[in-house]
Amino acid sequence: MASRAAGIAGSAAADPSGGTGPAARVRGLSRAFDGRPVLDGVDLDIAPGEFVAMLGVSGTGKSTLLRALAGLDREVTGELSAPGPVAVAFQEPRLLPWRRVLANVSLGLRADDPADVARLALAEVGLTDRARAWPLTLSGGEAQRAALARALVREPGLLLLDEPFSALDALTRMAMHRLVLRLWEHHRPAVLLVTHDVDEALVLADRVLVLASGRIVFSGPVDVPRPRDRDHPGLTALRNRLLTELGVNTEGQ
Amino acid sequence: MPEPADTLTAVPLGSSFGKNLGAEARADDGPVADGTLAEPAPRAGRRYRGWYRLISPVAVVLLWQAVSSAGLIPAQKLPPPTTVWHTAVSLVTTDSPAYGTLPDAMLVSLQRMAIGFAVGGTVAVLLALVAGLSRLGENAIDPLLQILRMLPLFGLIPVFIVWFGIGELPKIILIAIGTAIPLYLNTFAGIRSVDAKLAEVGQVLRLSRGETIRHVVLPGALPQALTGLRQSLGVAWLALVVAEQVNANAGLGFMISQAAQFLRNDVILVALAVYAILGLITDGLVRLLERRALAWRRGLLG
Repeated sequence: MASRAAGIAGSAAADPSGGTGPAARVRGLSRAFDGRPVLDGVDLDIAPGEFVAMLGVSGTGKSTLLRALAGLDREVTGELSAPGPVAVAFQEPRLLPWRRVLANVSLGLRADDPADVARLALAEVGLTDRARAWPLTLSGGEAQRAALARALVREPGLLLLDEPFSALDALTRMAMHRLVLRLWEHHRPAVLLVTHDVDEALVLADRVLVLASGRIVFSGPVDVPRPRDRDHPGLTALRNRLLTELGVNTEGQ
Repeated sequence: MPEPADTLTAVPLGSSFGKNLGAEARADDGPVADGTLAEPAPRAGRRYRGWYRLISPVAVVLLWQAVSSAGLIPAQKLPPPTTVWHTAVSLVTTDSPAYGTLPDAMLVSLQRMAIGFAVGGTVAVLLALVAGLSRLGENAIDPLLQILRMLPLFGLIPVFIVWFGIGELPKIILIAIGTAIPLYLNTFAGIRSVDAKLAEVGQVLRLSRGETIRHVVLPGALPQALTGLRQSLGVAWLALVVAEQVNANAGLGFMISQAAQFLRNDVILVALAVYAILGLITDGLVRLLERRALAWRRGLLG
């Protein structure tokens, strides 16, 4: 393992406010599993408050990069820093089934009155009346909203979203997209959303990245004002470009 | 609609000294301390139509009384229920020189059980935590417990008498070991089966080690630990009965061995019934604990 071993924990205290530097800074990040490189020298900056979506076909290391930023992978090499608090919402809600919804949101919260803060967060995601519910009684969308509340209640400088909507039905997913945008506009964390849904990336993000063969092969802004319709003509060119980058043949469309 | 517990509970296979040692279907998930003791729980569905389950036991007692009254079984070999009842009443109300009183004997036995169970239970949970939370701990502790588990518990009695004499200590140690093994095995397996994804959540939320154990590890291991607890209770009662009959000058087991010398089967039956009732009560307490502590799973079951 290289001497420049990355770790979020060591850098967390550097600048709690996020300051003027990037909300996340990645340099030369590499990770191999059993000798097979998954990340191969990734460079990435995410500005404070910037909403970045990362696309890539399965197995390109999207989740590996996100897990490294979350401090869940100690085996990566390279430079990695995220000065503010980092919060994560996973593909599965990962609520503790033996704690009620409110206790899940306030878990590990360092505040004078964690329950009150958590109640506000639940109100923001529209789950006030489920605060006392057991997680196993929630619907998929409710559980994912609770997970979002748990992430946002920590006022993160960087919010990592690991395909959090992929297990939801289409209607719930659209409602979640609106909710995430509203929360983001209110709290303004930098967001890294990992997804394999091109339209989701186009509707939500300021900037879209494509990860392929362990490197970022494309990075481009989405220059359409929100709220965006996925059929907006301004998105067509970028969509085709992204699909090409992802290896999907768009000829003949 | 039947309550969820009904669907989880298997058919009873038998009982030992009247105690039905609980092990719900979940017991299949992990190691079971002693196959002969891991009998399924027979008394689910208490809330609805629970009294139906009383019909067959009451019928057996009535039949027993009828057969005795008809003179088909000599009272010397199997005294009728009425005699047993009268014996029980007199054992409670009068202090017989041979047996003492029933409440005194019960108190002595309960005290042995409580101390042994508390010591064994505490040690088991601590060992399971150390073994469950670190590879080093597992390598140090688990082999020893696996060896201890394979030793015939009651075969240790002669050795214990040599080491600890015939006082309270060998009895309590026997009960403690009987308690500790099933509880350790199940708690250890429960800790190891905690979802790694939830452990990651603890990491992401920056929980301290203590918080992670309190909020993630222990609640995650609890369902299986409680299964182990019920098995432990069964083994512990059995250990008490055996230990008390080998060498004792007080307690229910002493009462039984005295009665055997005087051919007083009615006294023996009273003592056995008390063992059984105490076993049922403690098993019921753990079931109550299970209901409360695992309330979060009802969403899953119903």
